[in-house]
Amino acid sequence: MTWLPDATLDRLREVAETADWPVVSSGRYDAIAVVGRGGMGTVYRARDRELQRDVAMKVLSASTTAVEAVILARLEHPGIVPIHDAGFLEDGRVFYVMKLVQGRPLDEHAAERPLAERLRLFTRICEPLAFAHVQSIVHRDLKPDNVMIGPFGEVLVMDWGVAATGGDLGVGIRDSEGGDSEGGDSEHGNSGAIVVGTRAYMAPEQARGEAVDQRADVHGLGGILYFLLTGAPPEVRPLRGPRALQAICRKARAPLAVDRYGSVQALAADVECFLAGEPVSASPERALERLARFTRKHRSAIVMIAAYLVLRVLIAWLAP
Amino acid sequence: MEAPPTRHSVVAAVRSENAEIRRGGLDALVAVYWKPAYKYLRVKWRLSEDDAKDATQEFFARAIEKSFFDAFNPAKGRFRTFLRVCLDHFAANERKAASRLKRGGGVTMDPLDFETAEGELRQHDVAVAADVEEYFHREWVRSLLALAVDDLRDEYARLGKTLQFRAFERYDLDGPAAATPLTYGDVARELGVSATDVTNYLAAARRVFRQRLLDRLRSICGDGYEFEAEARQLLRDGRR
Repeated sequence: MTWLPDATLDRLREVAETADWPVVSSGRYDAIAVVGRGGMGTVYRARDRELQRDVAMKVLSASTTAVEAVILARLEHPGIVPIHDAGFLEDGRVFYVMKLVQGRPLDEHAAERPLAERLRLFTRICEPLAFAHVQSIVHRDLKPDNVMIGPFGEVLVMDWGVAATGGDLGVGIRDSEGGDSEGGDSEHGNSGAIVVGTRAYMAPEQARGEAVDQRADVHGLGGILYFLLTGAPPEVRPLRGPRALQAICRKARAPLAVDRYGSVQALAADVECFLAGEPVSASPERALERLARFTRKHRSAIVMIAAYLVLRVLIAWLAP
Repeated sequence: MEAPPTRHSVVAAVRSENAEIRRGGLDALVAVYWKPAYKYLRVKWRLSEDDAKDATQEFFARAIEKSFFDAFNPAKGRFRTFLRVCLDHFAANERKAASRLKRGGGVTMDPLDFETAEGELRQHDVAVAADVEEYFHREWVRSLLALAVDDLRDEYARLGKTLQFRAFERYDLDGPAAATPLTYGDVARELGVSATDVTNYLAAARRVFRQRLLDRLRSICGDGYEFEAEARQLLRDGRR
């Protein structure tokens, strides 16, 4: 192994950081800063020289194909960042350009929010996923830092880099031509397929490299709900919060896909039921809980009826 | 162009139930970690050369035999921190043991170049390494960068780009430690090419070096979170 003195060490770290910039900036876009480095490539804040605006430019690693760009182009939804441009750098790598989202990741944003607001955010995260599933697209890497909250409260599901379309949902392989998936979060499952995603949030069948469908995203959303309830990734802290919410979270994260919600809409509907004070499908209600919920929901009517009855009793008692 | 070998997660491999995958994972893990581990044992635990050699080999052998790495949870921290903590427990237990067990039973490893590691230790005043965690991290970075340099050298040798590698070696490897700073012109004269050629050689070699470094780093991280955090620290913090 080559011996590297300290001075060389520092030079090489600097070289590794900046080596890519001349190529990245060789076309219409000028790289300004690295804003993210994920499994599939590097995201730069870049300046569009022609339109004079800042954009997010994702440069994929050498052997990674532009599946995400194709998927994003199919997903026109307010909860999904639109793609502006795509092309090749002079060294052959694929890049694509998206709107620069100036928000905060969900994990930062949610930290100081009350539970009801976090849950409403959660149901809005479900919307673009439900839309994608209708298009036979599964995200496969749902986690709090892949959800951004924009400055005006808009909820955006990011990083579709390991998403799978209907055609390749059968196995957890993203790169159809046998290339390196380049995923920092990729590894071999028991089946030998390349597994992509982030382990703490990943559905067990995805971790094993088996077939996945929208219920893998239901599992990922269950992980996000877990995070919103505990402030930590799944299993790091014990699940807490109202019993019905815990039941929803457990059902979404069930080890077997067949035990989970069949769709993202069903999961979101259960959370909305909780928010509306209705019973949730994930948890059979105890008699006392039903009574308490009924009382909460119909508080005004119950007070009025009680007042009326008291009045009637008083009148009957006072009457000569 | 021949594609470089694909690197998958070593952390996953060393925990695999398949003995062959586990074996491959161990080799890759040892390649990155043996020097930092050896130096750490010498500096923090004040082991003699012989004891540190034995302990380094036994640590990795026993880690596989006893499945130390199965306990690693990426959600709770970085793999290099986990490995250092394992190393501390191992060294503490070894110190307690009245007599040593037979080294590395059942698991064989390629011979490690301890003499070179010892020579490197002598180049540093290790007595002043007040923060041993920082020392371990620095040596880990050194090991990772050195392996990426080796990967680049091998790849360029395979492709017949010896001149290009030589430019990288002279300017980026030898240059920073040289008594007088080297210029592109100096390297161009040495290699008998133009300064523009040197510029182009360096730009290309640096890009490949960066990619090989990230490949190596990715292979020894538990998941994407860890890779992102490590890459940020490895690259960005290096400019401070």
